Amino acid sequence: MVTEKELILGPRVPRELLQKERQRFLMPTLFLGGAGLLLLISIFLPYWSLTLYAPQYPKGLQMKVYVNRVTGDVNEIDELNHYIGMRSLKEAAPLERSLSIIIVGAIGLLALAAVYIHSPVAAFFAFPGFLYPLIFLGDLYFWMWNFGTHLDPRAPLSHAVKPFVPPLLGEGYVGQFKTVASWDVGLWLAFLSSVLIIIGLYWHRKVYKPLLEQELLAKAKETSSKSA
Amino acid sequence: MGTRNKHYLWLTALALVGLLWLLTCGKNEQKAVTVSVGGQEVNQVIQQRGLTAQDVYAAVKTYIPTGKHDEYIMFASGGHSGQVLVIGVPSMRLLKVIGVFTPEPWQGWGFSKETREVLAGGNPPGKTLTWGDVHHPGLSETGGDYDGQFLFVNDKANSRVAVIDLRDFETKQIVKNPISLSDHGGTFVTPNTEYVIEGGQYAMPLNGQYASLDQYKEKYRGMITFWKFDRKKGRLVPGQSFALELPPYWQDLSDAGKQVSEGWVFLNSFNTEMATGGVESGNPPFEAGASQRDMDYLHVINLRKAEQLFKAGKTKKINGFNVLPLDVLIKEGVLYFVPEPKSPHGIDVTPDGNYLVVSGKLDPHVTIYNFTKIKQAIEKGQFKEHDPYGVPIIDFDTAMEAQVEVGLGPLHTQFDPNGYAYTSLFLESAVARWTLGGQWTSKHGKEPWTLVDKVSVHYNIGHLAVAEGDNVHPDGKYLVALNKWSIDRFANVGPLLPQNFQLVDIASKDQPMKLLYDMPIGIGEPHYAQIIKADKIKAWEVYPEIGWDPSTQSKHPKAVQAGGEKIVRRGKTVEVFMTAVRSHYTPEHVEVKKGDRVIWHITNIERARDATHGFALPYYNFNLSIEPGETQTIEFVADRAGVYPFYCTEFCSALHLEMAGYFLVKP
Repeated sequence: MVTEKELILGPRVPRELLQKERQRFLMPTLFLGGAGLLLLISIFLPYWSLTLYAPQYPKGLQMKVYVNRVTGDVNEIDELNHYIGMRSLKEAAPLERSLSIIIVGAIGLLALAAVYIHSPVAAFFAFPGFLYPLIFLGDLYFWMWNFGTHLDPRAPLSHAVKPFVPPLLGEGYVGQFKTVASWDVGLWLAFLSSVLIIIGLYWHRKVYKPLLEQELLAKAKETSSKSA
Repeated sequence: MGTRNKHYLWLTALALVGLLWLLTCGKNEQKAVTVSVGGQEVNQVIQQRGLTAQDVYAAVKTYIPTGKHDEYIMFASGGHSGQVLVIGVPSMRLLKVIGVFTPEPWQGWGFSKETREVLAGGNPPGKTLTWGDVHHPGLSETGGDYDGQFLFVNDKANSRVAVIDLRDFETKQIVKNPISLSDHGGTFVTPNTEYVIEGGQYAMPLNGQYASLDQYKEKYRGMITFWKFDRKKGRLVPGQSFALELPPYWQDLSDAGKQVSEGWVFLNSFNTEMATGGVESGNPPFEAGASQRDMDYLHVINLRKAEQLFKAGKTKKINGFNVLPLDVLIKEGVLYFVPEPKSPHGIDVTPDGNYLVVSGKLDPHVTIYNFTKIKQAIEKGQFKEHDPYGVPIIDFDTAMEAQVEVGLGPLHTQFDPNGYAYTSLFLESAVARWTLGGQWTSKHGKEPWTLVDKVSVHYNIGHLAVAEGDNVHPDGKYLVALNKWSIDRFANVGPLLPQNFQLVDIASKDQPMKLLYDMPIGIGEPHYAQIIKADKIKAWEVYPEIGWDPSTQSKHPKAVQAGGEKIVRRGKTVEVFMTAVRSHYTPEHVEVKKGDRVIWHITNIERARDATHGFALPYYNFNLSIEPGETQTIEFVADRAGVYPFYCTEFCSALHLEMAGYFLVKP
């Protein structure tokens, strides 16, 4: 009888076959493992940066968004934002920030775990990693919309600026400021990780599906011979 | 074509004009100029304004386009203003006025509790001084070169020395010399700023007590003080400092030895006649009485030995200060004299430390002494005579290396890297360039100890400053003449005229010196200046963290962050912990009862460069400058009931006028 655990983990690779075709079996491990590792590394890198340009800031003002924090000229940007009634950036995405390291870590580890699973279940483990950069951007957009459209009506310049949402990528204009949003290295790693997951899953299917089919076939024979 | 490229073309064109002028130099300076490359507009301006080739050269040499910075920073004394001027060279733009001995409202200097305490450090017992006669700025040195960390200045009027920290260009300490009321020979530093030298001027009883002028020779004394500097703390340490008791000659300027003469200090003097004036009683006035003898005395001081004696406890206390008595100095071989021509001025040590240049003032020569010869004479102990107090006198001819006739009224000398010396000529209103001898001869390749060039300045030059011109490694390039009179150089602004800083181009060792620029100084008589390479100064853009106390260069114990603001009442004392940020104070209402003592701390919680906030409180006479990160305190008794709107005095933002609040004093 096949246990549930065996069903999820899928067939192990016979030693002789592994020795013979080591390179082939290394492919899903490399790609999925790499994807998981990139996600873990991205935790330490900025995902998104926004630079504000205005005459009195010759060097510009820059903020960098990480999965769990915002760095750069945050105080000064907050200082400017208070004039139009925008809340402090420190108040943005509190839940995401507090959980992000655990969640991104978990997504990365799941992708790594998919290396040991030789059944179609691996796709479910790797899938969050595939979706992750889109989820990040979606959440970022949500908070920008949330902040940009909920301005305090009692702020000094609340009537001078209409609610706005800065673009996720590229240029925007608010008052005397030109804003330039760009995707930073962390996010690019996450996207790269998505690509690696797809390639990894392709190889996964290619190397493990025949094994799985073989095993199922063998099992089917065994059962039929027993019953006979 | 972009405007940027056009500017570039103009500048190239102007530079070409400069070159052209260099080529035709001396032939016809007044010849009209034309610019050949892309210069139609430039030519028009030149013609309309009637500029000569030399004018255009000077303009191109000194113009700094917007956003570009000067190559050098000059620290000039602010004279009677009691302040220090910070000036960019070669643009000669005034960058800052640093409050030192005088309260200065823009910086809130002398208004906040913290800055008042620094000022009070220089008060003599029982008196509050509100001005200073700033004379000689001295930059801190490492290995005999400016290091850009600290600046020292003296106040001649009350014998005080101040320390300015160049991380924030603020005065950190003022010390009052306890044994003197006037100083002149300061502030100059030893090659590694171990000591800051403050030489006295007018002799008086060192204990500050009364003594009749009849007792001048017995009771009056001169002095030189060595202030120990603790670089780590950025403070002078009076307990580790000491002075030398000197004969009652009027000591004048000093300079520290360097390289071969490191460990020695040189100080010149006048009035070795010990004239006491009294023109009203038929005596010769000081100006005549003090000019009778043909020679005065250059003081040669063995600082290392003096330091040993001080550490060995050979000092006595005068007004609580350590003083090495004159007899000890003579006995232990600390003090020697060398005759110097009548009423000299300026004593300047060459970059290699081997030559001492003394100016004649009333004699057209500079006299150059050879330190090695002086040292040999001391070692041999050959002294033909002693002064009336027993100080050994080294024979003039033994110590003298050369005399150069430079012109009338020579005062001060600085140096460049090419082996030239530059001496200011007060009576002649000129700067003389002359050659050094010895190892320097190979650098200029000319006859040693010879006058080679002169440039007229306007007028009555006192000190001069060459870029890093008193360092072991001088930069040269520019010289600034610090002229006492300007007469006709500027638009008439009434009988009190500005003084005139004139920039002189000394970059070429073969071409004559060229006058480049006149900068009027309408704030006081700036005696001396030093010019440092701008990139040596590493100043902060904003204070290192929010809640900084510049007077201690550490976190202010009463600073608060945003959200921590509060008003605390203890009996009749109300303590306010306020923050300032664009564009509001928190809190905006402060209410007390008449008679309350108010202690009011304000922290600027900004991190943006230049986001300074002011704080003006009418009637109670306060204005503060609270720079990004800084915490300042005011303390006063609310002695009059009423309503007092306070407001920000720095135009900080579009809503600056709204940055205000009410201080309410209930009857």
